[in-house]
Amino acid sequence: MPAENVPDLSGHFGPYGGRFVPEALVAAIDELTAAFHETQADPEFRAELDRLLRDYTGRPSPLTDAPKFGEHAGGARVLLKREDLNHTGSHKINNVLGQALLTQRIGKKRVIAETGAGQHGVATATAAALLGLECVVYMGEEDTRRQALNVARMRLLGAEVVPVTTGSRTLKDAINEAMRDWVTNVETTNYVFGTVAGPHPFPMMVRDYQRIIGDEARAQVLERCGRLPDVVVACVGGGSNAIGIFTAFVPDEGVRLVGFEAGGDGVDTGRHAASITGGAPGVLHGARSYLLQDENGQTIESHSISAGLDYPGVGPEHSYLHDIGRAEYRPITDAQAMEAFSLLSRTEGIIPAIESAHALAGALQLGRDLGPDAIILVNLSGRGDKDVETASTYFGLV
Amino acid sequence: MTAVSDALAKAKADNRAALIGYLPVGYPSVELSIAAMRALVEGGVDVVEVGVPYSDPVMDGPVIQRATEHAVRAGVGLRDALQAVHAVAEAGAAAVTMGYWNQVERFGVARFATELSAAGGAGAITPDLIPEEAGEWIAASDAAQLDRVFLVAPSSTDARIVSTAAATRGFLYATAVMGVTGARDRVGTAAETLVGRVRTLAPDLAVCVGLGVSNGEQAAEVAGFADGVIVGSALVRCLLDAPDEAGVAAVRTLAADLAAGVRRR
Repeated sequence: MPAENVPDLSGHFGPYGGRFVPEALVAAIDELTAAFHETQADPEFRAELDRLLRDYTGRPSPLTDAPKFGEHAGGARVLLKREDLNHTGSHKINNVLGQALLTQRIGKKRVIAETGAGQHGVATATAAALLGLECVVYMGEEDTRRQALNVARMRLLGAEVVPVTTGSRTLKDAINEAMRDWVTNVETTNYVFGTVAGPHPFPMMVRDYQRIIGDEARAQVLERCGRLPDVVVACVGGGSNAIGIFTAFVPDEGVRLVGFEAGGDGVDTGRHAASITGGAPGVLHGARSYLLQDENGQTIESHSISAGLDYPGVGPEHSYLHDIGRAEYRPITDAQAMEAFSLLSRTEGIIPAIESAHALAGALQLGRDLGPDAIILVNLSGRGDKDVETASTYFGLV
Repeated sequence: MTAVSDALAKAKADNRAALIGYLPVGYPSVELSIAAMRALVEGGVDVVEVGVPYSDPVMDGPVIQRATEHAVRAGVGLRDALQAVHAVAEAGAAAVTMGYWNQVERFGVARFATELSAAGGAGAITPDLIPEEAGEWIAASDAAQLDRVFLVAPSSTDARIVSTAAATRGFLYATAVMGVTGARDRVGTAAETLVGRVRTLAPDLAVCVGLGVSNGEQAAEVAGFADGVIVGSALVRCLLDAPDEAGVAAVRTLAADLAAGVRRR
């Protein structure tokens, strides 16, 4: 199957994806799938979503040349797709507005969400406030500590934040708890899922709400440079910002797509979150994909300085793009990411999210290989305000 | 005919519902969990569900989570579950595994079917595997002549009840209330409605009801309309309260109370 025609009707990307869910959820995800297809073909729904993306989020997001940063990337021309400038500070709002409108369409009044770094939780709390929905966000206790500012933001927006104290107390466990809530309250509640993982239709639906990033960026690069970029890079945790910027370029065979996973202390140390580089195919959170697991099929806890990438799984479409060779996936260590974080701040006056700093570190590596004629498009998926405390500790700033 | 079908037929001949008890292998230890499963059989359970501890049990409530988290940390997995299946079969009851799908995939689906059958197991309950994704398991369980138990829920459409029943062998597992596992004060009324729908749509298949039963009285209530009564969290609670021989004895006592419940008419 060509990469642009996935998933199939039952949500499979080659051998990946599908629906590994309790029967109790099937009716709800069938309803959601049908409503999604219906609204994608409904001009009124699209017009309302486009209006919110423009007037509320601030789209289209700009494309920024980063020449001083590019000097450190072998002199390559580095272009930043500025998802950090969206309302709420990351790409997450693109998907959430779509899913929140969809929640209204199917007549549910309560939304739940999982969050790692807090960006998806903040986006969901924001959309819930805007559309008058009750909102509960599950967040690993470890992450509520790492991203305390975002906990406060969600509560200011009127959401209930539930710290999750099971397992590794991070994103993986927040998803488990949100799924338990959904199974129990499925009649009244819609699960606004934050990434391109989970059971069908989430990987397809979240991709289609996020593909606006690449659709805009492709036109912006063509207009500014007169040609397509040589390579498109993004960080990959679950993989929604990466799919968002990759999708428009998948048919452009001459454009390399490179996803940078969280290498933590280094993939060889075992303390990392690089599911494709260091994992194996299996089933987690409703879909088959690469994941970090032991010989018994138990999920291995991931490690990353970035809460948003600290997840032992990855979206099934990435597993598929990897296997068919359409995209490459490489690890970036905590140290490499923090170096790029600091470099972009000093050279361009832009403090990136630590998640996005993994993509920036990848751009530095690729630029040094490709040289000054290369054009590298980087998805700057979020801003670093939420990471100032982590960075301050890491660099010993105060 | 597997040991499960046998047990369900025997109960039906006695004009009562079957009693199905769940315990996870590995809590408080592999050895004590197997002792507790033997105690279930001694107490009068017809079928034992051997739980396979998993790191991400999205369908389980806090009680089963606490027990299985402990077992996962101790490195307990599918291999231990097969050992427990063997012990239950030797003790004279039917044994099925109850576990999340990734562990079977990692073990190898065909290998799992072969080894489960060799251990004396009757089949497997797969709570996060729906028939649409189960092609490999359907083939392997056919080859090994194992039961495969799929689930239906109050939210299942009629069409899905029909197609799920068609893929099922042994019995259909009806989740009595929407939600994760856990003992409840009252058995949901949704259960009886669901069982009624299953009886109309799949009249030849046994239907057992799980989620929420915690004592003999509730077991008797469910036994009034279902072919089997499934009890989990209330049994696990016995071991959480006393993770030792006393807990095993409590399991035996509760199993006997539940067994009397399914015989009360």
